[in-house]
Amino acid sequence: MMTKTKKPTTVEKKLVGLADLVIQAAERSKDPTLQIPIRALSNVSFNERKGMIEMGDKKQARSFFNIGMAKKFMQTMLVADALAELQRADLTTSLREIYYRTKHTIRDSHENTFDTQDESDPIIEDLEVTLSALREELHVRAENAGSIVGPVVFGDDGDRVDCSKLGKGGYSVPSIVEPEYLEIRRCTADFVLLVEKGTQWNRLSEDKFWRRYNCILLTGNGQPPRGVRRLARRLHEEQGLPIYVLVDNDPWGYYIYSVVKQGSINLAFESQRMAIPKAKFMGLSSADPERYGLPRNVGIKLNDKDVARAKELMNYQWFKKPAWQAEIKRMLTSGLKYELDALANKDFQYLTKQYLPRKLREQDWLD
Amino acid sequence: MTTMRESRSVTGPMVVVSPSDPADPASHSHAGAQKKTASKPAERVTAIEMGARQREISVSEFFTKNRHLLGFDNPRKALLTCVKEAVDNALDACEEAGILPDVTVRLEVVPIDGVTPPASQATRFRVTVTDNGPGIVRQQIPRIFAKLLYGSKFHRLRMSRGQQGIGISAAGMYAQLTTGKPVRIISRIGPRAAAHFFEVQIDTKKNEPLVHESKQIEWDQPRGTQVTMEIEGRYQKGRASVDEWLEQTSIANPHAKLIYYTPEGEIKEYTRAYHELPPSPREIKPHPYGIEFGMFLKMVQETKSHTVVGFLASDFCRISPQLADQICRQAKISPEMKPRDLKGSAAETLYRTIQSTKIMAPPTNCLSPIGEKAILAGLYKQIKGEFYTAVTRPPAVYRGNPFVIEAGLAYGQRPDEHNKPEQPAAPRAEGEHEEDDVELARVIRYANRVPLLYQQSACATFKAVLGLSWKNYGVAQARGALPAGPMVIFVHMASVWVPFTSESKEAIADYDEIHKEITLALRECGRRLGIYLRRRERAASEYRRRNIFELYIEEVVEACNRLKGGTLPKEKLKKQLQTIAVSRTGGIKTDEVLGKTGEGPEGLPHSIIVTEGGAEGDVVVGTKLDGGGEEAGIGQSRDGHTDHGGGLASGSKSDGGKSGGIRPSWRQNQRERFTGEDEKNKTRKGERPSSRASNGAVRRSRKVTA
Ligand SMILES: Nc1ncnc2c1ncn2[C@@H]1O[C@H](COP(=O)(O)OP(=O)(O)O)[C@@H](O)[C@H]1O
Ligand SMILES: [Mg+2]
Repeated sequence: MMTKTKKPTTVEKKLVGLADLVIQAAERSKDPTLQIPIRALSNVSFNERKGMIEMGDKKQARSFFNIGMAKKFMQTMLVADALAELQRADLTTSLREIYYRTKHTIRDSHENTFDTQDESDPIIEDLEVTLSALREELHVRAENAGSIVGPVVFGDDGDRVDCSKLGKGGYSVPSIVEPEYLEIRRCTADFVLLVEKGTQWNRLSEDKFWRRYNCILLTGNGQPPRGVRRLARRLHEEQGLPIYVLVDNDPWGYYIYSVVKQGSINLAFESQRMAIPKAKFMGLSSADPERYGLPRNVGIKLNDKDVARAKELMNYQWFKKPAWQAEIKRMLTSGLKYELDALANKDFQYLTKQYLPRKLREQDWLD
Repeated sequence: MTTMRESRSVTGPMVVVSPSDPADPASHSHAGAQKKTASKPAERVTAIEMGARQREISVSEFFTKNRHLLGFDNPRKALLTCVKEAVDNALDACEEAGILPDVTVRLEVVPIDGVTPPASQATRFRVTVTDNGPGIVRQQIPRIFAKLLYGSKFHRLRMSRGQQGIGISAAGMYAQLTTGKPVRIISRIGPRAAAHFFEVQIDTKKNEPLVHESKQIEWDQPRGTQVTMEIEGRYQKGRASVDEWLEQTSIANPHAKLIYYTPEGEIKEYTRAYHELPPSPREIKPHPYGIEFGMFLKMVQETKSHTVVGFLASDFCRISPQLADQICRQAKISPEMKPRDLKGSAAETLYRTIQSTKIMAPPTNCLSPIGEKAILAGLYKQIKGEFYTAVTRPPAVYRGNPFVIEAGLAYGQRPDEHNKPEQPAAPRAEGEHEEDDVELARVIRYANRVPLLYQQSACATFKAVLGLSWKNYGVAQARGALPAGPMVIFVHMASVWVPFTSESKEAIADYDEIHKEITLALRECGRRLGIYLRRRERAASEYRRRNIFELYIEEVVEACNRLKGGTLPKEKLKKQLQTIAVSRTGGIKTDEVLGKTGEGPEGLPHSIIVTEGGAEGDVVVGTKLDGGGEEAGIGQSRDGHTDHGGGLASGSKSDGGKSGGIRPSWRQNQRERFTGEDEKNKTRKGERPSSRASNGAVRRSRKVTA
């Protein structure tokens, strides 16, 4: 852990800057207004060369004296205040705690500053993009929702964590994995396998797949949380490990892969620190059922939402590669989606013993 | 003979009458002839028999048969009618004599066998009505009060409350029939004359007064009349009660001061809010268009003229001698003919000719409308609202009768009222709603300043209210229903001859001309209300916006201060932000519309707008609440006023000097104070004295403990 000084951090200075903005506007009888970068598809572009999603410069004004924005403006100031408090006290906290910290009833009224956490969460994201500060830098952590197992050793709060000696449960990936908080002491693995589903990660961990193929098994239990994505990025960047992504064969699986690879639309500015443009899509591919002889009856019919989402993905610039267009089209044509778990139809250990070895052997992945 | 007749009249001719009756022709027949009797046509009554039956109908019989027409259908209504007849007369007399009316109504429960039941249970009441009018000369008193169809108003066409000469004597008759007690009268025609006391009853056979008692007495009043009747009745508050009638009377007669001693021991005082007498209406001759043929014939017989031309020219208005001549010629009747000789088809031809001749509309100076200012004063005085407006239409004519329609509106709640409940409201849980009160407007109807309390739905005024699209004016209205909202709608018809739907004079007949005038008056009121509501809504939304900003400014300033490490001059930042908020939300303009600055902003004619700051517009400074000379009559009420102290009194002066307004909050205090005193008195009887109107517009009456 880094030792903290009493000197205000950069983030703290940025937060205090918001108060200055209000004061200066008031001084000049102007409506205090924040310029908040827009977090939407309309304001991202795909940087072909870097292979990641980047945020544009479209901004949205949030003015205090606008009836539709007044409350959000006020909420933004309250969250900024709470975040500055975290900086000064050098504490980290969760989104939910921020919500509770800033929630109170406005004096002389029956109105609450925040009614649900749904109101405070997006404001934290607004501040991240406005101040271009990562959530970790803001000292806000997400849930620990990831696991890792394999030949890697971390230093966490001075403890040595050897992920090859943690049984089949592995190490629970903290939400903040910046070097100040988590140190990679030693790593001898050859690659990282990022698995969408905890169930399949368990299967691989139990079967000690990582020992046999000298790899790190990582999961985020669904859409990987920031800690997991950031750790994968660090292992890729600092240790030079290739990253393979293993997800269900459905539009959501494709999207999870794309977030790992190019970054998310919502927090595109974080791509710099999160995206892994060289990550590879290992499977499940829409070509696999045929190649691996999965019977049609273990597929699931695509519903309307799946179809719409798949078509949406085909329009994203980063899915424009012919191989990807073919991949998604194949899924739409078959009208079916497959879960990783469906591989158990052939054998409980089919994933460990047949599917992955063959994939690795044939270098059968999409870029 | 008698038995037979009775049985016949009851059961009809088909009944076989008793054979034992020797007078009956059928009794002569034997059993076998019974069939014959039954098939025989009904027995005819001979002319002689019929002649024998003819007799004078006694007034008591007449009264008993027609009591529903005269307003004595049931004990509750009878109580109201007695009060009404006496008060109408008092107001009529005062106005005719040019005196601002002071009328006192006292209802007392009459003990039965020494026990006084509570007012709500009582069946016998003593009604006493006292006025400060011209008084009645001694000789006239018995006939006025104890002879039906005797009065000064029937024989002339002049706008007045009473008309038939049947009012007060009918009330006396009712008293006599239900309690047997004579009517007692005190009257005095001036300070130098003696006061006379009478006890009179009606000789029901002859319709002539019976004087039981007649003497001079000492009376503390210099002038006026007091009538006391003991009657069978019922006292029940609410719709169509004496209380409601008096309150409505005071609205349409703000120049009158009414004091009402309720049978429950309260005193309600309806103050004088308008200090001018209505202009005295002129008497007019009938207009030919308004006369029906029967009436025409009667006039022909009764005229003092010796020629038909003379009759036409002098007994009707708007017929000049030339026009009369022309009419005669057209009807082919000699102008010099004696009116009494005008019979049969000739009379009919003349009548028809007159009806088809173009004749100028009658003069309208015979009407005495209440006037916009006075209506406003009356509404403002009795009904708590935030917006008032009044319209007096120009005179119009239906069937030769001139009339004037007036309409008024009192809308909303006082600012001090609807502000209150907003603050302490508990946060509402899911599924909880603000009470959806679909309170409907209340219509108050008047004919010649007299409130009409019955048969609302048959009344032209009510139909016109329903027929108007109130939605155009920002007021909700379900199909075919009254408009919804805290609103009192006032409609008055003034005419020398108000056409009622029935003899009981409770609803105005729906003539097209009348309906149209009512609609026009209501439409103008509605239009002004619409403007007011729209402006207020706009201002209120601006104000709401600013409130939102003000709410959040606190939070933003606190957050900034903490961000700056607690070193911020908070008040300065707050002020700056507040200034921006005001300038961004209509600022001063909003304040004005909402009355925050106390300036009259609206520019609506004949309207009053009440805001937190006070009342703006045509507010007449009515009563000298701080104890003027005219309040001297009542000790208690005077005490009640004076203990408010100088502060309030000076407040009213400075205010009155500028806008003529009386601060409602101040009035409110005043009212609460009286109610408060009242409360003490009332709790013993376990009845709340509140006189809240059913539709939320609170009737304002000042009450003093008895
Ligand atoms: N309080 C009063 N003061 C003076 N005159 C009165 C009073 N009450 C009644 N009168 C006279 O008595 C007459 C008869 O009254 P009433 O029987 O009520 O008939 P109406 O009011 O229809 O004429 C009135 O026309 C009026 O001249
Ligand atoms: Mg009368």
